[in-house]
Amino acid sequence: MASANRPKALVALGVVLLLAGSFWGLAKAPGEVFMGDVQRIMYVHVPTAWNAMLALCFAFVCAVAFLLTNSWKWDSRLEAAMEVGVVLSLLLCTQGAIWAKPTWGVWWDWDPRLTTTAVMVFAFGGILALRTFVDDPAKRAAWSAVACIVAFADVPIVYFSVRWWNSLHQAQSTPETVSKAFHWPLRINAFGILFLWTGLVALRSRVAALRLRSEIDPPLPEQTKAAPSAVLPGGAP
Amino acid sequence: MTGLAAALRKDLLLQWRSRAQLVAIFAFGAAALLLFSFAIGPDSVALRQHSAGFLWLALLLASTLSLAESFEREMEEHALEGLLLLPASARALYYGKAMANWAQLALLGVALVPVAVVLYDAGTVRLVALLGVILLGTAGLSAPGTLYAAMTAQTRARQTLLPLLLFPLVVPVLLAAVKATSLLILGDPMEQLRPWALLLALFDVVHWSLGGLLFGRVVEE
Repeated sequence: MASANRPKALVALGVVLLLAGSFWGLAKAPGEVFMGDVQRIMYVHVPTAWNAMLALCFAFVCAVAFLLTNSWKWDSRLEAAMEVGVVLSLLLCTQGAIWAKPTWGVWWDWDPRLTTTAVMVFAFGGILALRTFVDDPAKRAAWSAVACIVAFADVPIVYFSVRWWNSLHQAQSTPETVSKAFHWPLRINAFGILFLWTGLVALRSRVAALRLRSEIDPPLPEQTKAAPSAVLPGGAP
Repeated sequence: MTGLAAALRKDLLLQWRSRAQLVAIFAFGAAALLLFSFAIGPDSVALRQHSAGFLWLALLLASTLSLAESFEREMEEHALEGLLLLPASARALYYGKAMANWAQLALLGVALVPVAVVLYDAGTVRLVALLGVILLGTAGLSAPGTLYAAMTAQTRARQTLLPLLLFPLVVPVLLAAVKATSLLILGDPMEQLRPWALLLALFDVVHWSLGGLLFGRVVEE
């Protein structure tokens, strides 16, 4: 029972950290010299960017692991990680637009990172759409793993092609490039979002595993060897 | 190697026998080229400036039709299952199909150039370079397009899914091919053609390798 509640604890910890980090960033940390309070969106924007990349990297790992092992737990995790990655990327685009309007004067700009994120939303969102239109679980799992690997390999090419094409975005913000006073809220929020999404992925992959179990009849070959509860993913990824 | 040759021969023969389809897809691409001008207005200078983009968008839109068609034929009478029973590897089937699709798309691209020249004054004297860009660009459309068409042909919402999956993926092809073609049409004082062609070549290498590597998992039963 303790392991069943671990994802929920992760989500709760993530929310608490995110609230604490955002409070620190909004109320305690000093304002930025040039941009003023608008800059405070950095405390969620930059950690969202890190974590969106991380979630999609995890989706790629799941896709490779599924193709190598044919184990259903990786398919469930792939579905969860892709969904969370797409939501984080979508959030990233939205936050970027909110920040860009007062700073650059436009909602959207064709800068490499912004454009690449938008392309990622469509590329991985398309794979999620593909999953909903395939009824055979084996085909769905193999195809979405293949499509995920292809889309992931495409990300750096998209990034560099857009970079050659046009550029305006400021350099990445990391703890090294921002003033010391901004470090802590950034770090706290980064871990907050990290715990939040890993918890959500664990919960979502459990739902995916339950749906798989209801779809597959006769039972999976793995299930005939061991008790189902021991095979299907229950814990954190 | 004989498997690849046989697969390529089969796909080229299929395309030759359904050449009426190719003419219809060409007409679609030409109609798309005509329509783009209405978005800009009858400003011949602006139209010429954007002609490379129009050409590649028309080709991209037309490619979804021809790529989807190439696998829908294999779904009739369970032809794909029959093919997989033959002593040829899935990889040979993929490369045969992708090369045939490449040939068809390149032909389509070459055929659309005169239309763009007539409509938008998009001529160039560097014909060999233009052919090279069309070959590199259509190779980039055909490798992931063939892989995805194999999936979407077997799903319910195939007309929607293929463009949905393919368009975000081929953003680099579109960017690089439009830039390169545009340099050929409008002049290239800074010698920028080579890096864009290299980017296309890199995309092609990555996706032709990935396609051959992963296709087996797409068609397995």
